[in-house]
Amino acid sequence: MSNPPRLSLRVPEPEFRPGTKPDFSGVNIPRAGTVRRPPVDAAPEEIRDLAYSIIRVLNRDGEAVGPWAGELSDEALQAGLKTMMKVRAYDARMQMAQRQGKTSFYMQCTGEEAIACAFQMALEPGDMNFPTYRQQGLLVASGYPLVDMMCQIYSNSRDPLKGRQLPVMYSSKAHGFFSISGNLGTQYPQAVGWAMASAIKGDTRIAAGWIGDGSTAESDFHSALVFASTYKAPVVLNIVNNQWAISTFQGIARGGSGTFAARGHGFGIPSLRVDGNDYPAVYAVAKWAIERARRNLGPTLVEYVTYRAAAHSTSDDPSAYRPKEESEAWPLGDPIERLKIHLIGKKLWSEERHTQAVAEVEAEVIAAQKEAESYGTLHTGPKASGRDMFVDVFKEMPQHLRRQRQEAGY
Amino acid sequence: MPTMTMIEAIRDAHDVMMARDDNVVVFGEDVGYFGGVFRCTRGLQQKYGRNRCFDAPINESGIVGAAIGMAAYGLRPCVEIQFADYMYPAYDQLVSEAARLRHRSANDFAAPITVRMPTGGGIFGAQTHSQSPEALFTHVSGLKTVVPSNPYDAKGLLIAAIETDDPVIFLEPKRLYNGPFDGHHERPVVPWSKHPLSEVPEGYYSLPLGVASVRRPGTALTVLAYGTMVYVAEAAAAETGIDAEIIDLRTLLPLDVDTIVASVEKTRRCVIVHEATRTSGFGAELSATVQELCFYHLEAPIVRVTGWDTPYPHAQEWAYFPGPQRLGEAFRRVMEA
Repeated sequence: MSNPPRLSLRVPEPEFRPGTKPDFSGVNIPRAGTVRRPPVDAAPEEIRDLAYSIIRVLNRDGEAVGPWAGELSDEALQAGLKTMMKVRAYDARMQMAQRQGKTSFYMQCTGEEAIACAFQMALEPGDMNFPTYRQQGLLVASGYPLVDMMCQIYSNSRDPLKGRQLPVMYSSKAHGFFSISGNLGTQYPQAVGWAMASAIKGDTRIAAGWIGDGSTAESDFHSALVFASTYKAPVVLNIVNNQWAISTFQGIARGGSGTFAARGHGFGIPSLRVDGNDYPAVYAVAKWAIERARRNLGPTLVEYVTYRAAAHSTSDDPSAYRPKEESEAWPLGDPIERLKIHLIGKKLWSEERHTQAVAEVEAEVIAAQKEAESYGTLHTGPKASGRDMFVDVFKEMPQHLRRQRQEAGY
Repeated sequence: MPTMTMIEAIRDAHDVMMARDDNVVVFGEDVGYFGGVFRCTRGLQQKYGRNRCFDAPINESGIVGAAIGMAAYGLRPCVEIQFADYMYPAYDQLVSEAARLRHRSANDFAAPITVRMPTGGGIFGAQTHSQSPEALFTHVSGLKTVVPSNPYDAKGLLIAAIETDDPVIFLEPKRLYNGPFDGHHERPVVPWSKHPLSEVPEGYYSLPLGVASVRRPGTALTVLAYGTMVYVAEAAAAETGIDAEIIDLRTLLPLDVDTIVASVEKTRRCVIVHEATRTSGFGAELSATVQELCFYHLEAPIVRVTGWDTPYPHAQEWAYFPGPQRLGEAFRRVMEA
């Protein structure tokens, strides 16, 4: 070509910034119940369409419809609602505790409660999650004590992690919750390795990896997919697409076309996209993917479409980069509200009962907080010991650390 | 002369260089529209356009690798790694690629990139937001490593870094972003506006890499410090009454050996302080250098005051952070030897 056109750089931009009115009416959201449900042993190439749609169960009237509905008993649905409410109340109290100077940092999962809470209910004891910092719902749903979670937030004398880790970076092997690193994406390949180990040993346990939309850009995401694909590891690889990575909208990680779920296709991994604010849909998809892993059919990639309704963390102010109204305008609604309406429709719940449940959950969280604070907060009361800083660097403390500990006065 | 915080000075250095040189491009996680989580690139995208200042995907290896490619093309990328603790995925690109490109291609290609990253603790950031990995860079042949300690130096050194034809690691002590910090965490934060080195000239100026600054002349002992530890050393000198000569190294590589040697030959005693872990830290290199060049002048063993050889803790932040008390004790020890 003698006169080629001048090249130009494309930098994706979100549709809405502060000062503009968010309008998601153009977003294509399939009606609840319309996405097919293939058998769990379907070949990846036969279900490629599922990476481009959104599996949904609860319709606008709160009815559970379609082939993914009907997986949960009435009791399980009520329990799910209460777990989500507990997570939200817990978040609110811990956010407030940070604002009161009782800890340094906190991260809420507001609007994303259904994903972790419902997924956990599809796992079996012995399975292992490799979570990010926004899956506190996994711990709450597994019955991990709120007091222990709070003691970690406060880095106090009863902190299970001995004051070492940033608040929200929990760890509990007994509850199938792998120690959170804080660095992004690093634990996705580890989930695959854990799952491979279960296969190597001929066990029945499976693993679940967790990552955010933004962190799928990390090389570790792709490392995990290639290992999962090559060894057909019994792992569910979850992508929580909450639209925002701090100030960066999901288009920067995704590029101009396709979906995060569709990233799995190049690796031959079956990939599903689900309404992350729809508790029964999350549960049904999780169960499908977990069954695949359990039956040695290999990995599944699941994208949960949701919205980060709160700030990234207590260090963040989203009004600087997205319209304040965007959360309200988000078309998939609120997971607690949607499940509540469903249960009311089934005559399993009522507004009165909901008000009562809000009070009960609040009282439970406040009681736990009171107990946790009796063991200290970050800056007052009993503290994690300085001595503990030197413990667990190695299994046996080498001489140089013994000397340093002595020098430090512990 | 206007006073600036360290954040404003760093932002201003970007602004000056982007205005002077169309080849300067700035990118990293959240640096575009938002202007970075510490706001060091605030307004640059609005002023220079998305072609020259933009958000990157969360992929540090990609950020540095793309910067190398752009630099090889002829641009001058200045990229941000959101926290030094997030640098590790980019380490291969820095060590195997940026640092060696000129050498392995016999000067055919080069990578004049600046890689900025907030470093150090003092903000309750725990192990993933507090590390000081400078020794991981100084150990690599082919990388220059800079650690400014105040707004005036930060602007001049960042401009010099961007103009340098080799890769420069630019470590910004995050606890200094909004004010000098001497380790007295129990006292109110002092803003930069009260410090003389917050007076930052408008427009272009640069400070040469590889030149240290004597921040406090003294006769009793020499303190080798950089970043936040410069202020801790000043507090320790004031509180012990020991007439310490405090050298702010400013650049770790190339190291201003002449200033160090002249000072130690004068004071005959040397204390080295850094926040990073002790073993194989940059203090070990400084200690070896002083021992090799000043042995016959020394009247006491060289003492290092550093972070402990543990991950940076959350609750025990102040037990880990080498504060003025620990440094003051080291001063006394060296004087009594």
